[in-house]
Amino acid sequence: MPALAIEVRGVRRVYSSKKAPIVALDGIDLEVPTGEFFGLLGPNGAGKTTLIKILTTLLSPSSGTASVFGFDVEKDTKKIRRIMNMVAGGEQSGYGILSVREQLWMFTQFYGLAGAEGWRRVDELIEAVGLAEQRLQRVSTLSTGQRQKMNLARGLLNDPWILFLDEPTLGLDVAAARSLRELIVEWRAAVPGRTILLTTHYMAEADELCERIAIVDHGRILAIGSPDELKRRVQRESIFRIELDRLEGGAQALGRLPGVVSATAAAGNEADTDRQSVVMNLVLEDDGALGRVVGDLADRGSHILGLRKSEPTLEDVFVELVGRGFDEAGTDEPGPSAEAIA
Amino acid sequence: MAATMDLVGRAGAGPREAAAWSRRQVLMTNLRSIRGRAYPRVIGLVREPSWVLFEILLPFLGTSAFVFVYRALDAPPQYVGFVVLGGALTAFWLNVIWMMANQLYWEKSQGNLELYFAAPMHFMAILFGMAVGGMVMSSTRAATVLLIAGTVYGVAFSVDQWALLLGVFVLTLGALYGLGMVLASLFLVWGREAWHMGQMLTEPVYFVSGLNFPVARLGFVGALSVAVIPLATGLDAMRQLAFSDAAFPIGTPPPVVEVAILGAMTVISILGARWMLATMERRARRDGRLSVRWQ
Ligand SMILES: Nc1ncnc2c1ncn2[C@@H]1O[C@H](COP(=O)(O)OP(=O)(O)OP(=O)(O)O)[C@@H](O)[C@H]1O
Ligand SMILES: [Mg+2]
Repeated sequence: MPALAIEVRGVRRVYSSKKAPIVALDGIDLEVPTGEFFGLLGPNGAGKTTLIKILTTLLSPSSGTASVFGFDVEKDTKKIRRIMNMVAGGEQSGYGILSVREQLWMFTQFYGLAGAEGWRRVDELIEAVGLAEQRLQRVSTLSTGQRQKMNLARGLLNDPWILFLDEPTLGLDVAAARSLRELIVEWRAAVPGRTILLTTHYMAEADELCERIAIVDHGRILAIGSPDELKRRVQRESIFRIELDRLEGGAQALGRLPGVVSATAAAGNEADTDRQSVVMNLVLEDDGALGRVVGDLADRGSHILGLRKSEPTLEDVFVELVGRGFDEAGTDEPGPSAEAIA
Repeated sequence: MAATMDLVGRAGAGPREAAAWSRRQVLMTNLRSIRGRAYPRVIGLVREPSWVLFEILLPFLGTSAFVFVYRALDAPPQYVGFVVLGGALTAFWLNVIWMMANQLYWEKSQGNLELYFAAPMHFMAILFGMAVGGMVMSSTRAATVLLIAGTVYGVAFSVDQWALLLGVFVLTLGALYGLGMVLASLFLVWGREAWHMGQMLTEPVYFVSGLNFPVARLGFVGALSVAVIPLATGLDAMRQLAFSDAAFPIGTPPPVVEVAILGAMTVISILGARWMLATMERRARRDGRLSVRWQ
């Protein structure tokens, strides 16, 4: 088995547009070993989908080279197409008049499965993804979660060696997303060598699933490593979770204090809404900066309801690397230079 | 459940082995892809009853109007037959414009196009599948119109050369759907204008194809349309063959010549579609236009 499932060397991709050309990928170098569960994290427009399109032979790189299991994405397109598949969130592929079973069978034909073998594979996969009840239902009537399970089944029809998942759990409820994740994990574990490249905006999902993660922004890889390695990267700073009764001036005001690396509203705001409290994540250069923050808060008339030093999460890593949080992630502020940890 | 997830059809082999396909595997995949793409159209035939109205009743009514005009004018009885035959073939033309030419553009907006390109078959297999499915669909419609209108208006066919008639029919479909393939690739490049183009083409082609009158009546325009529009050529040849007793001025080439024209059109359009698809794919990969749904 080849050692590398994905090898990307100096790939740039520029889209021409009416105004200025858009640089979607700006010199990507990446190696993903065979069998790895690899994640791409990055804000909207970072270039994740563009990279996937290049690896799935749907888009040519403007310069640089990329290969999948040693097959060049420009020259060996047919070979790559035989052994890969892709599933995107919100995918509406196929034909609404077909039933789930019929639609999946249609797709088996594009991979050359014999008629009867195709039906057998379809039934196995329908069972595996838990769509047995909907198997004869029309595709157009499926719920978002059911639809996405069917899309995943479609992606597995040709028994791919590499599966590209572009935000596969987009728009799914907690239970549906979890069951989809379980299926993906199970599928990969069943045969050694099966490789997955996943993009997601759910940090917890990437943390749970991926062995290694690359954080991308503005078409560049800012950091790459296992979730733990990435978290250790921000460990040198102190991260506090602070709960306040109110906060005048918002996170920006706090972020400007000396010694504060970033201040953002906590994502899963579990605070009691009756108390109308504000929960913030503070990344500080060191614990010493906390004193200044507490003093400043007192000056603003904010009362501290709770304060806890927290372990860094992937989100902290993301926020530190990509900028001052998701809201401002689109600004032109250059991130730290690409620096591989692993 | 884990047991069902391994699905290994080729135990022990790695990705590089799995990517090495034999010629037979390539061929079978392309043939099966044709079947796969034709499948939803054949299924749609039995699942979408609305076609009865649109593709049988409307052509029938349109045909009827001309039947009454010709009867009022005391035209030779074969004219009624000509119109009925033309009405039946309308089904194929509608199908080519609406379900071939515009199809790829629709598939693109749906996200299917991308999946087709990401799969290992030749893209021509998708076009052939669309064509085969479309022919099955339209043949049932055409046969129904022919049967109903033929019976209602008492059309008397007079066929001497059945084999030639069948050959002309098959070649007409070949040339017509070949044109559909070319238009499909072309419309894909044109994008949103495609739909309007389809609408614009529908009526004029009805006219110059002589669906409702013998194309020879158009003189030079008729001869020209025979030379370039498969429907005109096919219909003219079929009329000559299906009403061999008609004493009307021919003015157009004999059926055998038209067979040759149709054959050439079929070959040229299929090769043309193939070339355009390859060009389209290369350009789309370069310009990033294989999909409109970017996440
Ligand atoms: N076909 C295209 N034509 C022009 N520009 C494009 C095209 N596709 C993507 N872009 C641009 O390239 C950049 C990268 O887009 P891409 O879809 O790869 O981002 P992404 O990381 O997948 O974002 P998201 O998280 O929102 O899915 C964006 O600025 C986008 O506007
Ligand atoms: Mg994307």
